[in-house]
Amino acid sequence: MPAGETSSSTVGASVPKVDGAAKVTGAARYVDDLEVPGVLFGRTVRSAVPHATLKAIRLDPEFDWSDVTVVTADDIPGDNYVALNIPDQPALVPVGGSIRHVDEPVALVAAPTRERADAAVAHVHLDVDELPAIFTIEEALAKQTLLHGDDNVFKRFEILRGGDVEQALAECDIVVEGTYRTGAQEQMYIEPQGVVSWWDDRGACRVVGSMQCPYYVHKALKVILALDDEHTIITQAVTGGGFGGKEDYPSILSAHAALLARKAKAPVKIIYNRAEDIAATTKRHPARVHHRLGLRRDGTLVACDVDVVLDGGAYATLSAVVLSRAVLHAAGPYKFEHVRIRGRAVATNTPPHGAFRGFGAPQATIAYERQVQKAARAVGLDPFEMRRRNMLRLGDATATGQVLASSVGSDQVLDAVATRLGDDVPERAGLATAGGEVKRGRGLAFYFHGAGFTGSGEAHLKGKATVATTRGGGFEVRSSSTDIGQGSNTMFSQIAATALGIDIDRVSLSEATTEVVPNSGPTVASRTCMVVGRVVQEAAAKLRARLEKYAEQQGLGDCDLCDVARSHYAAEGEAAEMVTYDPPPGIEWDDETYTGSAYPCYGWAACLVDVAVDLDTYEVTVERCVHAVDVGKAIHPVIVKGQIEGGTLQALGWALWENVVYRDGRVVNASMTDCIIPTFWDAPDLDTILIEEPYPYGPHGAKGVGEIPMDGPGAAVAAALEDALGVPFDELPILPETIHRAVRGEGGS
Amino acid sequence: MKLSFEINGRACDLDVAPMRRLLDVLREELRLTGTKEGCGEGECGACTVLIDGVPVNACLVPVAQVAGTAVRTIEDIADDNGVLTDVQRAMIDHGGAQCGICTPGIVVCAAAAIEREPDASRERLRELLAGNLCRCTGYQRIVDAVADAQAVRRGR
Repeated sequence: MPAGETSSSTVGASVPKVDGAAKVTGAARYVDDLEVPGVLFGRTVRSAVPHATLKAIRLDPEFDWSDVTVVTADDIPGDNYVALNIPDQPALVPVGGSIRHVDEPVALVAAPTRERADAAVAHVHLDVDELPAIFTIEEALAKQTLLHGDDNVFKRFEILRGGDVEQALAECDIVVEGTYRTGAQEQMYIEPQGVVSWWDDRGACRVVGSMQCPYYVHKALKVILALDDEHTIITQAVTGGGFGGKEDYPSILSAHAALLARKAKAPVKIIYNRAEDIAATTKRHPARVHHRLGLRRDGTLVACDVDVVLDGGAYATLSAVVLSRAVLHAAGPYKFEHVRIRGRAVATNTPPHGAFRGFGAPQATIAYERQVQKAARAVGLDPFEMRRRNMLRLGDATATGQVLASSVGSDQVLDAVATRLGDDVPERAGLATAGGEVKRGRGLAFYFHGAGFTGSGEAHLKGKATVATTRGGGFEVRSSSTDIGQGSNTMFSQIAATALGIDIDRVSLSEATTEVVPNSGPTVASRTCMVVGRVVQEAAAKLRARLEKYAEQQGLGDCDLCDVARSHYAAEGEAAEMVTYDPPPGIEWDDETYTGSAYPCYGWAACLVDVAVDLDTYEVTVERCVHAVDVGKAIHPVIVKGQIEGGTLQALGWALWENVVYRDGRVVNASMTDCIIPTFWDAPDLDTILIEEPYPYGPHGAKGVGEIPMDGPGAAVAAALEDALGVPFDELPILPETIHRAVRGEGGS
Repeated sequence: MKLSFEINGRACDLDVAPMRRLLDVLREELRLTGTKEGCGEGECGACTVLIDGVPVNACLVPVAQVAGTAVRTIEDIADDNGVLTDVQRAMIDHGGAQCGICTPGIVVCAAAAIEREPDASRERLRELLAGNLCRCTGYQRIVDAVADAQAVRRGR
C-alpha cells in the first residue's frame, strides 16, 4: 500500500456522487439559473454569408436604439483575436475585414429583454462584397479559393517507421485499400452555451459560465480586453455537458458578454438558443481517410500507408491538435514493420470544427478497423483471431516507436468480449417484432486511445492542484479541472480522502474559479482523473505528512487528521499544499520527427455489436452491444461505467443516426427535431465490462477513460452491417438511405 | 391576463401575458429554476412538468392553458422535509445523473410513469421516457434507476 493510504480507502467504491442530490432535486444552479440583478440580454449579429469582405455595419435609423447597447470590433480595447493556437480568428469581424463563414460574429447587442435584443439584431444590417467560397476537403485541396497560406493546409504531419512503405506494400501477398469518410457530429450537450459577465468595483472583468476550461477563457479575455491576470476572473458554473464543445468556444461567448458589459456598464448574459448553438459552435471534424493495408496470406499485417485529411473549417482553432491525435492513432493498436501516415487539416468556409470526445481518433479508428475487417475476410480469419494475431502487447512498439512498458490490456479486452459471447451466435435472418423481414449481423472493433496530452504536452502544461485545510477541520481540493458531468469532483474527493485517510464527507471541492484555483490544465484529453487526479493525490499526501508532523510536535499524536487540521487551522491559519504534475520517467517525444512516446499510456477496448436491419425500411436496430475497456483502475466503477456507456451511445449515434447537413457552408438542420441524437427508445441495453491493467503513474493505477468509448463502436456497427447485408459500408453515418443505395448496388458508400 | 392555477400545491395568482411560455413564467416569475430549457421546441424534455399529473414540455405551453390546473415541478418532487423520492434516490445510487441538466425533467417524467404504470417492463419504461433526451449516460443507468425505484415501490 503506497504511503498516505489507509484501509478506509474509498477509492474503488461507488460512493454517492457529491453533486447527486443537487442534480436530482433541481437545486443545482446552471448559468441561466443565476439571479443577476439588472442583467441585460446579449445577442450576436452574424455574417450570414460564407465568404466576403465586410464593407459596413449599418444600424436601422427607424429602430429605437435608446435601451440597446451595440458593440462592434471598434469597441475592442485589446487585440482582436481569440487566443488559442494561431491568432487567426477575430472575436468580431472588423469593417474592412474578412468574413469566412456564415455564422461569424460581426456585432453584438444587449437589451433589457430578450425580445428587445432579438428585435435589435434584426435591425443591424451588413454591407458585404461576397467572395467565392469552398465547402469541402476536395475544394480546399484543389485550392479553388485560398483561405490559408498558399495551399489551404493549416497543418500537416508525417509519421514514418521501418523502410520504404511503397516497396513493402508491393511485396505483400494482399493489399487492402479503401477510402473512409465521416461527417461532422454535433456535441448536443443538453444545456446550450451560456455565460454572464460583469465588471466589478475594482475594474476586474468577471465571467461565470458553462465551460470546460476556465483558464482558456482567462487567456483569451486578457488578450481581447487588454487585462492582466488579476483583473480577469473566470468561474465555471454547473455545466450541462461539454464533450469538447465547451473546450474553446466559451472563450468567444465570454469575450462577447464582457465587451457588452463593459460598454453597457451592466451585467450581460448570453445564452445561445438551440438553433444558434448547433449552427455556430464547433463540431467533430469531417474526415476523409485513405488507407492501404498490406499483409501476408497467413493474416500477418506488414505495412500500412494512411492519408488523413480533416476539414478544419474557417479558422485554425484546435485542428492541428485534433489532426495530431488522428495520425497518432491511424495505424491502430497493431504491429507493423513499415508505416507511413500523412495528415493534413484544411481550411474551408464552414464554421470551425473542433473538439469532440475522441478528438480525431474516432475518424482514424473507423478507417483502420474497416481495413482490418476487410483483411480478415480476405484471408478467411475469424475477426477475433485476426486481432490476436496482430495486436500490440506489452513490450511491442507502436507506429511512433514507443515501446509499451506497462498497462496493456489488449488481450484482456478481446478475451472479455469473447467470453461474454460464449457460443452465442445471432439468428441471421428472421422477423422483427413488428413482423417485417430482417437480416442480422455481428461486428467487432478493437482499438486503443492515448490518454492525456500528446507527447511533451503534459510537461509543457505543468498542471497544478492544491489541497488545503478548512476552518472546520475539513479539506478543500482546488483545481481548474471542471466537473462537466463526468464525475471528477466525486473522484477527486475519493482520491483526496483516501490519501488523507479520512472520510469523504470531510472533503469539499472549491468552485472552479481562476480567483482561487491554480491552472490544472484544460478539462480535455481524458487527462483529468489520470493526470490531475494524480496531482490531487500527491498534494493530499503531502498535506497529510505535514499535519502528522505537526501533530507529533504538538503531542496530538492520537487525534484523527481532521482534529489535527482543525487545531492547526486555529493556531496557524490555512495549510495548503500545491503540487505540479511531474511527467513519469521515460516519456521521450520528438516533435520534429513525430517519434517516441506519443502518450504516457493507452486505454484498450473491444466492442461487439449485433444489428438487425429491417428490409422494408432499412432501419437498423442495435440488438446487443458488449464493450470491454481497460481503464487501469476504476476509481468509482459506477461513474466509469457511466462514462463508457455515454460514449458508446454517442458513437452508435454517430454511426447510425446523427447527421449534420450543410448547404453552402450553413447547417440546414439546426434544431433538435432535425439534427437527431439517440433517445431512450433507440438505445440498446449496454453491456459494459471493466478491465483493470494498472497504469503505474496514475492515481491507484487509473488511466484515461472519457474518450475511448467513442472511438470504436462506429466501426463495429459498419462491420455488423456488412456481415448482415454482404456489402461494405465505408462512410458514417449509415442512414437508411445509405443502406438502401448500397443494397441496390448504387455505391452508397 | 389575470390567471389562477396551483403550483406545487399552493394557489398562485398572476397577471401575465397569456402567450408567455409556461417555462418562462416558472423560471422568471416564480423563480422555479429546476425546470430547464434545452431546446425550446419540445424535443429534449428538460422542461418537463406535470399538469394535472400529465408530463408536458413547459416550453410548448402558453401559460393561459394552465388556468385552473395543478402544475407540479421538480421542486415539488422531493417531499416537504427534503427527503428524496425512490426515483431520486435510485438516480443517485445508479449514477443516472451526470451533467444533470436533463435530470429534473427525467425525474418528473419517471415519477409520473411509475405512478401510472407501476409494472411497466424495461422496454415500456424506455418508451415512457423517450420524450426526454440525455446526452451523457447512454440511458442505461437511468433505466436501471427507474426500474429499481419501481421495484422498491412494489416491495412496500
